[in-house]
Amino acid sequence: MGAQLRVYKRRIKSVTATKKITKAMEMIAASRVVKAQRKVAASTPYATELTRAVTAVGTGSNTQHPLTTEAEAPTRSAVLLLSSDRGLAGAFNSNAIKAAEKLTARLEAEGKEVDTYIVGRRGLAHYNFRERKVSESWSGFTDEPTYADAKKVAVPLIEAIEKETADGGVDELHIVYTEFVSMMTQTAVDSRLLPLSLEEVAEESTSKGEILPLYDFEPSAEDVLDALLPRYVESRIYNALLQSAASKHAATRRAMKSATDNAGDLITSLSRSANAARQAEITQEISEIVGGTAALADATAGSDR
Amino acid sequence: MAAELHVELVAADRSVWSGEATLVVARTTSGDIGVMPGHQPLLGVLESGPVTIRTSDGGTVVAAVHGGFISFADNKLSLLAEIAELSDEIDVQRAERELERAKTEGDASAERRADVRLRAASTH
Repeated sequence: MGAQLRVYKRRIKSVTATKKITKAMEMIAASRVVKAQRKVAASTPYATELTRAVTAVGTGSNTQHPLTTEAEAPTRSAVLLLSSDRGLAGAFNSNAIKAAEKLTARLEAEGKEVDTYIVGRRGLAHYNFRERKVSESWSGFTDEPTYADAKKVAVPLIEAIEKETADGGVDELHIVYTEFVSMMTQTAVDSRLLPLSLEEVAEESTSKGEILPLYDFEPSAEDVLDALLPRYVESRIYNALLQSAASKHAATRRAMKSATDNAGDLITSLSRSANAARQAEITQEISEIVGGTAALADATAGSDR
Repeated sequence: MAAELHVELVAADRSVWSGEATLVVARTTSGDIGVMPGHQPLLGVLESGPVTIRTSDGGTVVAAVHGGFISFADNKLSLLAEIAELSDEIDVQRAERELERAKTEGDASAERRADVRLRAASTH
């Protein structure tokens, strides 16, 4: 076998192996998207009921709570960025990071200091590389987040917002995550989680025109709100984590699908080149043989004479 | 037919049980509370404890609920819990082990959780 043909054969073999790997990763990601979507659906009843309850307390009483009171002149904000632990997901992480940076720039332009909280190793690595300050970070659960993980993330954030701004607390909490729109579309979005505007929540849940009854609060409206709001924040973070996970898997699936397609194209063009090389080799061999016999024939004809 | 109320027991990550019931007893921070059809709209904070649901076909459903809320309006009762398990889902041996461990480590909240689980499982 000629040297050139051998090189082609070797490359085809290696690309075929890569294709097999990316194909497997694509299929794994596809099954994980479905699982993650199912989890989003499973967490919806809780979120809906919780939103209803928050609205009920918010509209049914005049309770003031640190999580709902708007600071007069907010000076510090917290930004929670949800990225993933692993890459190979196309532009998934860079989109989320870009959205977080845009939000940070906007908040800073408004004269607020920004504390950054990060979920996922990718986002953390990005910030560490640029030597930016990260207040707190979590990783290790972005593929399959559980409610306990959401709780873990929510605790320091709620603490920060409850603290006075002068003592290092924050006035606002923003969250940047990737919304799962469909299998093909995932968009990085930012939204303000806290302070909660009860009007918005009320609009969301009573859009069907239902009138909320006058509730009896047990033990009291303040206590119920005290217990409800952190749960509400946790459930929102949980939902964002789940959507982010589903989006990540969808992005991985797409990235791996195009990698598989590219590998297929590469194999086709490499096999064509290999065929051409083999053909050229054969042609050369034939012409060598023909040339050889002709020379031999000439030589014998000469000696015969 | 006796009056009924619709019950939804949902945990943070799934819907645990839903159906019609005639009486629901749950533990709020200010004591046990029983809800029957036609109760006044209510919103309360739940303690870690067992929730008893008397279903309309005469059966009883017991669940261990850890932290959450009870809300009742229009004959619809929602029990929201961070963690909720039906009594027949509870792994008694595991709960017992947990209880032992919590006791030796002095983890009061874990001990309480395991204790609630065991009590819910034993009433089944």
